[in-house]
Amino acid sequence: MGINMNREEKKIEKKFRKKTKYNMTEVSGEKRNAAKDIANESFFQMIFRRFRQHHLAMVSLIIVAILGLAALLAPVIAPYDPDEIVGTFSGAPCREFWLGTDQIGRDVFSRLLYAMRISLLVGIMATVISTVVGVILGLIAGYFGGIADMIIMRFTDMVMSFPYILLVLVAAAIFKPGLWNIILILGFVDWPGIARLVRGNVLSLRETNFVKGNLVAGMPLRHILFSEILPNTVAPILVYATSVLALSMLDEAALSFLGLGVQPPTASLGNMLNGAQSLTVLTKQPWLWIPAGTLIVVLVMAINFIGDALRDALDPNSRR
Amino acid sequence: MSKYIIKRILIAIPVLIGITIIDYAIMCMAGSPLEMLKGPRVSEAALEAKKIALGLDQPFYIQYFVWLGQLLRGNMGYSIKSYQPVSAMIASHLGPTLLLMGVSLLASLLMAVPAGIYSAIHQYSKGDYAVVTFSFLGSSIPGFFLSLLLIYIFTVKLGWLPSSGMKTLGTGGGFWDVAQHMIMPVIVLATSMAGSNIRYIRSAVLEILQQDYLRTARAKGIGRFKVINKHALRNALVPIVTVIGMEIPVLFGGAVIVEQVFSWPGLGLMTMSAITSRDYPVIMGVCLLSAIVVLVANLVTDIMYALVDPTIQLD
Repeated sequence: MGINMNREEKKIEKKFRKKTKYNMTEVSGEKRNAAKDIANESFFQMIFRRFRQHHLAMVSLIIVAILGLAALLAPVIAPYDPDEIVGTFSGAPCREFWLGTDQIGRDVFSRLLYAMRISLLVGIMATVISTVVGVILGLIAGYFGGIADMIIMRFTDMVMSFPYILLVLVAAAIFKPGLWNIILILGFVDWPGIARLVRGNVLSLRETNFVKGNLVAGMPLRHILFSEILPNTVAPILVYATSVLALSMLDEAALSFLGLGVQPPTASLGNMLNGAQSLTVLTKQPWLWIPAGTLIVVLVMAINFIGDALRDALDPNSRR
Repeated sequence: MSKYIIKRILIAIPVLIGITIIDYAIMCMAGSPLEMLKGPRVSEAALEAKKIALGLDQPFYIQYFVWLGQLLRGNMGYSIKSYQPVSAMIASHLGPTLLLMGVSLLASLLMAVPAGIYSAIHQYSKGDYAVVTFSFLGSSIPGFFLSLLLIYIFTVKLGWLPSSGMKTLGTGGGFWDVAQHMIMPVIVLATSMAGSNIRYIRSAVLEILQQDYLRTARAKGIGRFKVINKHALRNALVPIVTVIGMEIPVLFGGAVIVEQVFSWPGLGLMTMSAITSRDYPVIMGVCLLSAIVVLVANLVTDIMYALVDPTIQLD
C-alpha cells in the first residue's frame, strides 16, 4: 500500500476538498442513509452492487444476454433455414445474405445463429455434468476421508495427469464424434478441478462449529451434506463453473475445428471455421471464418469477465 | 530433501500404474487388432494363429501384464499403419516438439512475468487495465483461430512468414529458416499461456506487496526501487515456478492443435494423424509419455519450490 501512498494521499485530499464544498450536515446525513442501505441489503443485493462495479463485466453480461437471446430465438430471427441451399456457392456478403453464403450455398448468418445455439448448449451441458460429478466426488472425498478420499483423489490425479486436450482427442477418436458424445466427453473430463475445490472447502467446513453442532444434534447425513455444507461452498463452485463454461466452449470449438466434434451439417462455431483450413477459403472468403471465430472470442471473453467479477463480488474478504 | 523426493516418487508410482491401466483399458475398448486383419483372403485358421501369436487368447489381466512387461523393456508396440515401432516414431518426432515447447515456454514467461509484475505494482492504473484486458483476450482466443488470423495477415497479406512446416522444402534448413517457421506457432502457444499466467502472477505479486516484511522494508526507507526489485521480486519466484509447472501439460495439449495448423513435424502432428487413422498403439504411447512428463513436471515443480523458498519445508 505504501507504494501507492502518494496517489492515495492525493485521493484523500481531493475527497476532503469536495466534502468541504458541501454543507457538512447534509453529507453526514447522506452517509448515514448509505450505511443503513448497506446494512439492510440482502445477500443478493450486495452481490449485485459489487458486481456492478466491474464495468467490463456489466458490458459482458449485456453481450451474453443479447447473444444468448439471439441463439435461443434463432428459429425466429434466422432469415433462412441453416441447412437449406438458398443462394450461390461462396457468395460474398450482400443485402440478401448479410454474411454471404458458404461453399454449398447456405446462408452464413442463419448458420451462425444456429451454431451459437449448439456451442452454448455444449458448453452449458458439459459444465452442468462436470459440476455435478465434481461436487459429488468432492463431497464424498472431503467428508468421509480415509480410503474413499484416497481413491478419489488418486483418480483425480490420474485424470489431471493426462494433458487435457489429448484426453479429449483420444476419447473423441474412440467414441463416435457427435453432439451428445462431445458433451459427455467434455463433462467427464472437466470435473477434477471442481472435485478438488469442493474437497478442500468441505475439509475446512467440517471443522466449523455449526457442522459439529449438527453432528451432535444427530441431524441426518443428507441434511448436513446438502443443507449445511454445500450452500457454503456454492460461491467458489459458481466462479469455477464459469471458467469451465469458457473452457469447454473453447474445447468444443477446437474439437469441431479438427473434425472430431459436432459433425456437419449441424453447425457449431468450431466446425464453421473448419473450412478455413483450405487456402481459398482462408484467403479469398474471409466472411466464412472471421465472423464465427470472432463470435467465439467475444462469447468466451465475456464469460471470463463475468467469472472474474463474480469472483470479486463473492469474495467474503472483499471490503467493498 | 532426498527423503521428500523419494516419497514423492513412491506416491507417483501408483498414479502411473493407474494411468497404464486406463491406457490399456482404452486400447481394449477401441477394439481388437484382429479386426484390422479381417478380410476375404484371411482364413479363420490364420486369424486363430495370429490371435495366439499376439497373446489375445489369454485372459484380460494376463494380457495387461504381458503388455506392461513389454513396456518396461521399452517396447511400446508397433504402429498399425506404418509397422514402425512406436518408441522409434516418438523419438523421431520428439525433437521438433521439444524445440517448439521450449521456445514457447520461454516466450510466454518473457511476456507474463514482466507484465504481471508491472500490473501488480501499478494496480488500477491504465497500464494495469490494458495488461489485464490483454490477458483475458489471450486466454479467450482459440489457438486455431489466432493461427488462422496470423497466417492470413503475415503469410497471405504481407507474405513475410512461411505458414507451414519447419524448414523450406529442398533446403537444409539452417537457423534462420527454422526460426522464421517458428515465429507464428510460438506466438500462438505463448499468447494462450501468457493470458492466464499474467493474471496468476499479478494476483500473487499483489498478495506479496501487502505482506508485513514489505511494509518493514518500506519503513526503513530503502527506496521504492530496492523494495520492489530486492524484496518483492525474490518472493515472486514462487508463483513463477508454479506457472512453469502449470504450463507443461497445457503446452503438450496446445502443441497438438498448433502443430496441426502449421504442419509442424512434431509429436502433435504425429498424434493427430494417428487419431484420424485410429492407430491405437501410437495414441497410447503418446498418452503414456505425456502422463509421465506431467508427473515429472509436477515433481520438479515441488522441488523447485524448496530451492527458491528456503522457508518451505519438504517432509
